[in-house]
Amino acid sequence: MARASSAQPTSGGTPRAPRALRLLGNGEAGQSSSPPLIELSGVCKNYTTGPEVVRALIDVDLRIGVGEFVAVIGASGSGKSTLMNILGCLDRPSSGEYLLGGISVGSRSIDERALVRNRMLGFIFQGFNLLPRTTALENVELPLVYRGLSRKQRRRMALEALGQVGLLGRALHRPNELSGGQQQRVAIARALVTRPPLLLADEPTGNLDSKTTGEVMDLLERLVEEERITLVLVTHEDEIAERAQRVLTVRDGRIERDVQNRAPPPAPRPAESLESGR
Amino acid sequence: MSAFGESLWLALRSVLRSGLRSTLTVLGILIGIAAVVTVVALGESAREQVTAQIQSLGSNLIYVFNGEGEGQSRRGERAGHRLTVQDAEAIRREVPGLRGITVYSSTTTQVVSDFETASVDVVGADQDYATVRGYAIESGRDLSRSEVEAKAKVCLIGASAAEKLFGKNDPVGYSVRIGRHRFEIIGLLSRKGQSPFGSDQDNRLVMPIGGWHARVLPGHERRVDIIIASAPDSASVAGLRDQMDQVMLEQHRIGSTGKRDFRLLTQDSFRKSEEEIYQVLSLVLISVAAISLFVGGVGVMNIMLVNVTERRREIGTRLAVGARQQDIRWQFLAEAITLTCLGGVAGLGLAIGGLRLLERQLGWTLSLPLTAVAAALGTSVALGIAFGFWPAQRAARLDPIEALRYE
Repeated sequence: MARASSAQPTSGGTPRAPRALRLLGNGEAGQSSSPPLIELSGVCKNYTTGPEVVRALIDVDLRIGVGEFVAVIGASGSGKSTLMNILGCLDRPSSGEYLLGGISVGSRSIDERALVRNRMLGFIFQGFNLLPRTTALENVELPLVYRGLSRKQRRRMALEALGQVGLLGRALHRPNELSGGQQQRVAIARALVTRPPLLLADEPTGNLDSKTTGEVMDLLERLVEEERITLVLVTHEDEIAERAQRVLTVRDGRIERDVQNRAPPPAPRPAESLESGR
Repeated sequence: MSAFGESLWLALRSVLRSGLRSTLTVLGILIGIAAVVTVVALGESAREQVTAQIQSLGSNLIYVFNGEGEGQSRRGERAGHRLTVQDAEAIRREVPGLRGITVYSSTTTQVVSDFETASVDVVGADQDYATVRGYAIESGRDLSRSEVEAKAKVCLIGASAAEKLFGKNDPVGYSVRIGRHRFEIIGLLSRKGQSPFGSDQDNRLVMPIGGWHARVLPGHERRVDIIIASAPDSASVAGLRDQMDQVMLEQHRIGSTGKRDFRLLTQDSFRKSEEEIYQVLSLVLISVAAISLFVGGVGVMNIMLVNVTERRREIGTRLAVGARQQDIRWQFLAEAITLTCLGGVAGLGLAIGGLRLLERQLGWTLSLPLTAVAAALGTSVALGIAFGFWPAQRAARLDPIEALRYE
């Protein structure tokens, strides 16, 4: 019943971290000098509800490079949630391929996808999703628990992540003792603590007032710039979408528009940036 | 392993947070485990106690009771006192293999010494009484045949009665008064303790049956409650019993088809009936245990299902940050096991308290054997697994997208 520690093989026979990161670093750095972190090709997602088949995503092709900040907008029911679920390895495409850091992750087993989420993804939710009655520090430690790290290691890394979001002084506070903005910053620290290459944020400021919205967005932008993290953010607010380098508009299961607001970041060196954390 | 201990610690915290709910949930487990522990503890101690008490009656005894009813209703039916001193004499004459034989009649009455007055069982018997019942003569001497035949005004005294009437003095040589008659104490009986029927076997005076009939209970048709014989060894009990039966049939002029007005019992049959009582008690306790453990287990399952539903968002979050299905399953299973183990430990505490109380009531020494503790904890863990698995499985199988969407 015990969790495999980072050095032990998982049920799939693949060592947890090292292989994933090695593959990530040596990914098929093929066609361009800047290999994409995310590469969707021909991705479809169909849901069967009774006799009807709902086509939530239709033949989506998408590339997102390392260190990009991409906003995803679209009406509800447009397919943007499905797109985010597939990007987050919470769902598998019905057809098509999803390469994350050069690794095919679209058709992995449940446990392998859990591993990918643990190693390569950080989630930020609209409702923060912090565990109640649990300190900020323990909340931030949570992803590391599933990595099988020792308590000491977890503590060190979690404190570091809390420092990055400026909440070291609140480490032992519980969510109900923190403001909304502080709670979201704890959640961001939790997403950051594993040093993932990709952050997925679903309406991260949806529950915040305009002042704290600004603070949280400043923090996210800083992380993109300083840590070279890729951020994909779902929003329905134009001001937030405007801060992104690139805006994707999803409609009826397709990416209808893909607009570059600003120049993409300078040529990244993915292997180095990804391995610097762990 | 640290991860293992950690999930248990997490589970404990989670259970303790919902204090009242947890308490109510584990009540059934608590009662069930208490019953299990009590059964096991009684099982180990009671047998020894009962055996020791039955042996305190004497060894290889054969009883003749009045009537056909159960031998243990010592008073018999009032009209049914058919046993006589002559029956005992006939058996003594015609069954020579016996180690000893005595009649036994008893009544409780006020006995007065030079120091005190006390309520004492006054027994009418033969000179073999102490031998048959296995009393040693602590000081003084036993009754003699001639004293019994002469209905002499002498008696033996039990240890408790001696204490009550004479304190620390040696009672031998003193006399006691019952009604208007005085009896000289010629011997002090060794201490025996409680009988399997719960009476103090040392609070008694023993005197010749003839004198008892004439002076203690006059006008009661020379009543004999029991005839007690002792076989020399366990192998000869059955044969001697049959011989005694034969003599009794002749004495009471009952043909082979006639209805007996007496009943022969051996010491073994007491053991059997004591064991039956114990088995009934065990059965009742085990039924209580099984029912309350089942109800408690269903309660745990219920609360765990509620838990899983209420904490769907938490489960979704955990899955999102990389928990595998087995991590979630183990987390909830550990919580269920923690819950049942808390109930088990509380039940163990209740059982220990209950056993102390039983000890005082029964006058037994009940040890809490390690097997009982092991049974309690083992049962608790097994219950946690049995009733926690399904909710844990449901939690583990949640779709992360659905779980995250839950408000």
